[in-house]
Amino acid sequence: MCCKGCEAVAQAIVDNGLDEFYRHRTENAPTGQELVPEFLRQARAYDHPQVQKTFVHVESDSVREASLILEGITCAACVWLNERHISALPGVLEVNVNYATHRARVKWDNTRIQLSQILEAVHNIGYVAHPYDPSHQERLIENERRALLKRLGVAAVLGMQVMILAVSMYAGDYYGMEVEFRSFFSWISLGITLPILLYSAAPFYRAAWRDLTHWQTGMDVPVSLGISIAFAGSAWATWHQSGHVYYDSVAMFVFFLLTARYFELVARKRAAEAGQALVHATPAVAIRMTVDGSKVQEETVTVAELVTGDRVMVPPGDTVPADGEVIEGRSSVDESLLTGESDPVGKQPGDTVVGGSINFESPLIVQISRTGEDTVLASILRLLDRAQTEKPAVSRLADRTAAWFVLGVLILAGMTAIYWLQHDPERWLPVLVSVLVVTCPCALSLATPTALTAATGGLTRLGLLVTRGHALETLARTNRFIFDKTGTLTLGKLRVLETHSLAQTDDASLLTIAATLESRSEHPIARAICTAVATPPARIDNVTSTPGSGVSGEIDGDNWWIGNAAFVQQQSGTAIDPETIASLHAGGRTVVWLANRAGVQAAFVLGDELRPGAASLVQYLYSTGKAVTLLTGDHELAAQAAASHLGITDARWNQTPDSKLAYVRAAQQRGDIVAMVGDGVNDAPVLAGAHLSIAMGSGAHIAAANADVLLLSQQLPHLVTATQVAKKTMRIIRQNLAWAVMYNLVALPLAAMGYVAPWMAAVGMSASSLLVVTNALRLTRQKKTGNT
Amino acid sequence: MEIIYLMIPMALILVGLIVWIFFWSVRSGQFDDLEGPAHEVLMDDDDTRNKKTEARTEKTDS
Repeated sequence: MCCKGCEAVAQAIVDNGLDEFYRHRTENAPTGQELVPEFLRQARAYDHPQVQKTFVHVESDSVREASLILEGITCAACVWLNERHISALPGVLEVNVNYATHRARVKWDNTRIQLSQILEAVHNIGYVAHPYDPSHQERLIENERRALLKRLGVAAVLGMQVMILAVSMYAGDYYGMEVEFRSFFSWISLGITLPILLYSAAPFYRAAWRDLTHWQTGMDVPVSLGISIAFAGSAWATWHQSGHVYYDSVAMFVFFLLTARYFELVARKRAAEAGQALVHATPAVAIRMTVDGSKVQEETVTVAELVTGDRVMVPPGDTVPADGEVIEGRSSVDESLLTGESDPVGKQPGDTVVGGSINFESPLIVQISRTGEDTVLASILRLLDRAQTEKPAVSRLADRTAAWFVLGVLILAGMTAIYWLQHDPERWLPVLVSVLVVTCPCALSLATPTALTAATGGLTRLGLLVTRGHALETLARTNRFIFDKTGTLTLGKLRVLETHSLAQTDDASLLTIAATLESRSEHPIARAICTAVATPPARIDNVTSTPGSGVSGEIDGDNWWIGNAAFVQQQSGTAIDPETIASLHAGGRTVVWLANRAGVQAAFVLGDELRPGAASLVQYLYSTGKAVTLLTGDHELAAQAAASHLGITDARWNQTPDSKLAYVRAAQQRGDIVAMVGDGVNDAPVLAGAHLSIAMGSGAHIAAANADVLLLSQQLPHLVTATQVAKKTMRIIRQNLAWAVMYNLVALPLAAMGYVAPWMAAVGMSASSLLVVTNALRLTRQKKTGNT
Repeated sequence: MEIIYLMIPMALILVGLIVWIFFWSVRSGQFDDLEGPAHEVLMDDDDTRNKKTEARTEKTDS
């Protein structure tokens, strides 16, 4: 016996003298094993660590995170139901469902619950959850679209027939019509409406049924109720050959509603597309190189098979399959997908490449260092996903309101029906149907996520990654921007800013000599001098370097020294005018001196260069009335130099991370909404303290940076775009909510008073939801033109 | 007017036929891409290989 239950059954059969059953049965009853539905057996497979590798992110020993697609989500109530149901499971730490992409992000404790149990729990409430797999999701959307199109087609074609008959019957009311024909027309209409009701409107019924069995009220409940009552009332009238029939309203309503749903589906797909581009960035196959004795073999393998340490060959035009280090070949790669930066980046042995970037010129051999969920691309996707599944406050409020709103409508409809039954029994049916049909809670729950998904997706394409759901909302409200200096407003890299020739030689040749001297050094100053010169270094002999002071060497038989003032004066035996030293060091800049036996020849001033676009960003912020503050750990002179260059009036220097945080806190206490822009590595506590944290992000830092917005492109002007998009998104959400409230406030009383015919209600409700979705979609369209 | 008893059933048969054709066309993917075919007529070369690469560059552009 497989279990106690079977034993009890068998016992009962034998006890009742029915053991003949066992003698005569022709085959064994299915065992418990076979009764496990195919779905669940599949779900078990997802617990296997090897299978999980492709879609589960292991956060710590036991905490895991995965992206799931949910099938069967039709409205905000479904989202709410799933979230509540899954989060109630013991061991589930966090769950968020995105209505626009139908994706759920689940975080769970693997020691307390298994993924299959979560999938099972979702299955139990009537939805289907799969691990997120982009191609699978696309197929699902495609199937959904085709099914919807068929239902729409049936509703359209049959609806037209019903309309033809309805028009004849309306005409019959005026010009007279034989009862025989009226009855015939009614019966035919009933026959034609039936497939619309059973086939085209089936999704509404299914969703409504699911809502009701879980004591929920989604927007499908009044819809289903409305069409059922209208149909039942008409069928009764047809049977008794008395009263009015509303088959045309039923057909029209189903048709309009399906049209709205169809456009919504297309819109949802379009809104999610920007993020999808990233998903498709990694190729399916890679060329792995294996060393077999003395010869190297190439084999084509799927990317999922790659492991750390593998060497892969990336031909020009191909996409790098995973993160790694170049070990052979020189080429340039396009990383625009990750950074938004369209100029190719040069790569040579020793450089790191990220999966998803495209190799341009010549083949590269790459040693893989990270695969699957650990890659940079995967962490970007995870952050984006988190942003899109997290709901901002306004959306949460709307979701909650929508559920109560539907309940209110049902109660109002009931009261309206009772009132009309007492006062004008002829008209209670059409009025009731109108009330049920005219309301439109969808604007409340549906347009906000669509707008947010469209906005964040568009920004990602610019290289600006929004990682938190509240980020856009906060950005729109921010009135104080605080910038860190080094690495944020500046490039964070030393550069030769000025060359001062102290002899009669031209600057360029002096720089070349300096670069030649420094060509063997890895010191940041040496690197800065070398990159300032285009020509390759000349021949140099007898190079000796004194750490912390300078370098000496022999070029064309002449001895040269480069380094700090003390070193150069001591080595060359000449003195430098102290006033020159003081004037060049002014502003706390780094100065490097060059000398030969004849004396000091040149001074190079090095400094941190301002990021391009920093000034225009500051200007834009001032022009829109925001306060801008510069907080830096640097000394006064450097801070003031940068501030005056950028036009920032409020600069604070010699700040420690603690004092920066204290400043942010103080500003918040004054009621400012503070956005902190930093480089993400050194500013972590300050970033965490601000309302909105914006960090410069690149490569491997992405996962570590705990910021609300990551500037992957490292282009400050993109923040201007981001603030504009944020404002626009909030404006559109507000417009949608205002419309929803206004429409319902006007339409509901009118319908209850009997001024709205059922067909008008159908048009109004569908037009209202379409309007709201199209309004949200403006976000994608605008962005495209602004982008190119 | 008795002709109506013949005409309406005939109309219904016709509608059934239309629905069947519509289902078939959805199933065979004729509604999957409503923009592409309009542009296809403007493309001169019938070399399928070229078309593929073109489609690819278009994708990366957008």
